[in-house]
Amino acid sequence: METAVETESKLKIADKVFSSRLIVGTGKYASFEQNRQALEISGAEMVTVAVRRIELDKTKESILNYIDPEKYTLLPNTAGCYSVKETVMTAQLAREAGLGNFVKVEVIGDEKTLFPDNEATLEASKLLVKDGFHVLPYCSDDVVLCKKLEDIGCSAVMPLAAPIGSGLGIRNPYNLKLILEAVTVPVIVDAGVGTASDASRAMELGVDGLLMNTAIAGAKDPLKMAQAMKLAVQSGRLAYEAGRIPKKLYATASSPIDGLIDL
Amino acid sequence: MQLVINGQEKDMQSSGTITQMLKELDITDSHIAVALNFQVVPRSNYDQTPLNEGDKVEIVHAVGGG
Repeated sequence: METAVETESKLKIADKVFSSRLIVGTGKYASFEQNRQALEISGAEMVTVAVRRIELDKTKESILNYIDPEKYTLLPNTAGCYSVKETVMTAQLAREAGLGNFVKVEVIGDEKTLFPDNEATLEASKLLVKDGFHVLPYCSDDVVLCKKLEDIGCSAVMPLAAPIGSGLGIRNPYNLKLILEAVTVPVIVDAGVGTASDASRAMELGVDGLLMNTAIAGAKDPLKMAQAMKLAVQSGRLAYEAGRIPKKLYATASSPIDGLIDL
Repeated sequence: MQLVINGQEKDMQSSGTITQMLKELDITDSHIAVALNFQVVPRSNYDQTPLNEGDKVEIVHAVGGG
């Protein structure tokens, strides 16, 4: 009899179910084609894009030609916004541009760290929820804030693990655990992951998903890293669902003590 | 007619609607959005939205981002 392959449970955000718990960005790739391949290899089903001015007098190919709308749910972001007004307008422009109803609210409060302006994030999220968006806010790893974001109707919360693009990994697993305990919406770690073990570690904590861009796009070989991240997210989630053994100071033999040969 | 489009001053031949402006700029991509004087214009209103001298127009689309 064949044994079924174990798979991790699915991720539900708002009204959508995703088989992959990895959400990937589309910035910083060498080409649209490399980007397309990395998306495919990563197995992600949700993909972030940014909203920017069209460059006039230039015929530019659209990134959307490389993101199959049948396969991927778009998650337009409001990256680069520093105020509630800019954020709300960027989200509305994204929806009007046909990028869908999901939005990653990102209101930056500090240029150097790219840390979010949490007060403005809460305010912009509130307005966009009222306007019918599925709001996924990028926010600090603060349990009180995440609870407030859930209470105003956000579809998920996306605390950072470390500064955007820093690759520093999971800096405060305890805060992530507190957030996981406090909210019922999905907790998606957004930003800070550097390599596969960071992704696994986050998933082993029980977070529902992981959003990354630079860790894949900035790797020497983005396609190999896309594969590594896919596996890391899967294995981390599986380990979480499997339930790890408790840590102990001393050894416990794996082989039976009884029946040893007597020499 | 002078418009400020994406921060650039532009002399437009057509003095009409958003639809006519997009045509003159040769923007055919359907995945774009337009804001007129900081108000998002619904796509269905492009035909009926008149432009006036000095209007500030933003035309945006999706680009790579995280």
